[in-house]
Amino acid sequence: MALAPVELWPASASAYAREIDRLIWSYTGLILFLAVPIIACLVVFAIRYRRGSDADRSNPPVHGLRLELAWTGLPFLATLVFYFWAADLYSRQWVPPKDTLDIAIVAEQWMFKAEHPGGQREIDELHVPAGRPVRLVMTSQDVIHSFYLPALRLKQDVLPGRYTTLWFEADTPGTYALRCAEYCGSEHSAMGGRFVVLSPKDYAAWLATFSVDRTLAQEGEALFRRLGCSGCHGARSVARAPSLAGISGKPQPLADGSIVIADEQYVRDSILQPKRQVVAGFAPIMPSFEGQIGEEDLVRLVAYVKSLADASAEAAPPGAAVEPPR
Amino acid sequence: MSIASADLAFAPAGEQQPSYLSAGHSLRSWLLSTDHKRVAVLYLVSVTGFFFLGAIAAALIRLELITPAGDLVSDDTYDKLFTLHGVIMVWFFLIPSIPATFGNFLIPLMIGATDLAFPRLNLLSWYIYVLGGLFTAYVLLAGGVDTGWTFYTPFSSLFSNTHVVAAACGIVVVGFSSILTGLNFIVTIHTLRAPGMTWFRLPIFCWSHYATSVILVLATPVLAMTLLLVVAERVLGLGIFDPNKGGDPLLFQHLFWFYSHPAVYIMILPGMGVVTELVTAFAKKRVFSYAWVAFASIAIAFIGFLVWAHHMFVAGMSLYAGLVFSFMSFAVAVPSAIKVYNWTATLYKGRVSLDAPLLYALGFIGLFVIGGLTGLFLASLAVDVHVHDTYFVVAHFHFIMVGATVHAYFGALHFWWPKMIGRLYPEGWAKAAALLAFFGFLVTFFPQFILGYAGMPRRYHAYPPEFQVLHMISSGGAGVLGLAYLLPFLYLLWSLRWGAPAGDNPWGAAGLEWRTTSPPPRWNFAARPVVTWEAYPYQDMPKPEAARGD
Repeated sequence: MALAPVELWPASASAYAREIDRLIWSYTGLILFLAVPIIACLVVFAIRYRRGSDADRSNPPVHGLRLELAWTGLPFLATLVFYFWAADLYSRQWVPPKDTLDIAIVAEQWMFKAEHPGGQREIDELHVPAGRPVRLVMTSQDVIHSFYLPALRLKQDVLPGRYTTLWFEADTPGTYALRCAEYCGSEHSAMGGRFVVLSPKDYAAWLATFSVDRTLAQEGEALFRRLGCSGCHGARSVARAPSLAGISGKPQPLADGSIVIADEQYVRDSILQPKRQVVAGFAPIMPSFEGQIGEEDLVRLVAYVKSLADASAEAAPPGAAVEPPR
Repeated sequence: MSIASADLAFAPAGEQQPSYLSAGHSLRSWLLSTDHKRVAVLYLVSVTGFFFLGAIAAALIRLELITPAGDLVSDDTYDKLFTLHGVIMVWFFLIPSIPATFGNFLIPLMIGATDLAFPRLNLLSWYIYVLGGLFTAYVLLAGGVDTGWTFYTPFSSLFSNTHVVAAACGIVVVGFSSILTGLNFIVTIHTLRAPGMTWFRLPIFCWSHYATSVILVLATPVLAMTLLLVVAERVLGLGIFDPNKGGDPLLFQHLFWFYSHPAVYIMILPGMGVVTELVTAFAKKRVFSYAWVAFASIAIAFIGFLVWAHHMFVAGMSLYAGLVFSFMSFAVAVPSAIKVYNWTATLYKGRVSLDAPLLYALGFIGLFVIGGLTGLFLASLAVDVHVHDTYFVVAHFHFIMVGATVHAYFGALHFWWPKMIGRLYPEGWAKAAALLAFFGFLVTFFPQFILGYAGMPRRYHAYPPEFQVLHMISSGGAGVLGLAYLLPFLYLLWSLRWGAPAGDNPWGAAGLEWRTTSPPPRWNFAARPVVTWEAYPYQDMPKPEAARGD
């Protein structure tokens, strides 16, 4: 049986991944700089001062304050450089740029399902365009999974009951690994597949191979009507429930005086637990849809609410209605 | 301060008292003994049994991973094997290993006491340990548990259909044995020190065990509560960690790591104490900067409580929690580094004997340096995002928990074996085993750092073929490592009968435990010791040409 060639270093598909590699190499340099002298001293001392050798043993030191401070402080300060470097990269990953391509990921034992905004769906694969920031909005239908893209040096746990996000900008077209990194049961090691980075042209062509008749938001709109949401949240029913036009990503004043950003998580929570964070000026009369809507339909509803953001831009200037009450 | 020759010759010159081993030969005389030395031997036998049980699971895992396809065992069996390996090695071997055997045996001897403060509680703690072990044996026979030793919710609470409740109960039970041992050590070190044995004359081994005991007493109850909540969720349908009932699965991770990160220090601190004793005894030199080494243990115990969420950088915590816990994880490396530097400085201008215990100690330091510094990689936020939950983490914590702690355990076993049984082990075999263990360990686990960075997640039953070569090297190393662990088992058993008589102090070491007979009598010393010297007074001792030849 022939062995596959060894992979000693993972391929990298983004500028961020290459920066992580630079960090790792520099860090390894520092680690060697700290470890090699210690190990060398251990070996040299053990041999030079072995019992019976005639090495000079006069005035053996038994303590030394300056020595202690030096070998405590200096390596610590040197490693702090890497604390800041790694923390800076991590913080940058925290804030996605504007205008990301948002792809929904719904995980379950043992597959990742991806839903593109145009309504294209794929399982255990993720196709993305190169050169464009992509933001994954992820949730799980059962246990905790972890969406791991080694070529981007990124992973994010995918939790039931909430959305976690991960953004990246791949720049090198190619086919890479997609793996589940959080142990999730029997077929954990089979969960995952391919992560395909395409040139923008190829990505458009790939999207076009699907015969979808509705976008994700349009599917959400159909659900919005079927579940009766439009009865209260529709454009002409603003008396009983807040209009959803233009709220996405904007701060919302709540009945308890606090303010929440109407992100995907807030929209999802408001469908399942509507009485928790009620918008100021409205009565908590909405029934809960807990247990009635699956995660994938929630993704569609959220996509629909997000799509209303653009519609509102024409109707009313954004921000006019969302000044927090003073 | 110089030592009067009468102090050095403290061990009874006249009539030989019968050793603790000859106090009774019936099973009953062992199972009902409250002698700390006999309880230590009971622990030694039982943790050795669990060590080999855990090792068998590890061997099957390494055999499965020789090929990329999952072809030796089924995926469910594989999941049960790594869960069993983790549960047994963490709770039934590593945590009790050094404290419950060597701590139990040596702390009263080192401080000049006749026994621990609560001898019956000590025996009870062993019975509780055995009871916990029986739960685990039941789980094993009934079909196993597949949650991983971390029991993450909601997999453990809602999805696994294996024996989670029994496994959790076993861990809760064995936790009480840890708490009792820790309590016993704290009270003993506070109240039973011999006249003149001030805090700053204590061997570093006692400081390490004191710090360990504080963690055992403070952290273990949190683990018990956490696992009982999982049991309540499975049995009673409570929703503490269930998002569908308003619970939070991440709460489990916070609670679990609040115990389980300090538990890493429970596993390593006693090893650091052992290595300090070995380095100073085989360099025939007082440990460099005694006070720094002593307080480093306390600092590790304290800061170790403030780093738990570095296990959760990709779990969905806030950015600021990540920044704080990353920083604290850098800080906890400082006292560990202090110890490493001071051990090295202790060798400087010493009179070093490269006997097997020191080889184990040097192996400990080398592997601990690698394990500790790669821990800094993991403490760094953006690096951890890539290597979290990969073989990089597996390699890192095995360097600390196996490379370091098991090396210290074997070092302690060889160093104090002559004291415990009164006979010497065969030195040549022991040196060979120490070298095999070091190099076998490196071959097993170093490739796993590369695997992890290359993107191989942990707990994978089958894996992509490009990782096979590194996995094969790792499995080969595991074979060597297995041999290195089996050898001492055989020659130590052999030495029980055929080993040369050890004499009271074969190493020419300075601790109080070497100033009584080997094996010690039931009440440890012929007369109450009075300590008039500082710790490790090698510079004041007559140049000891060791009593034993190689």
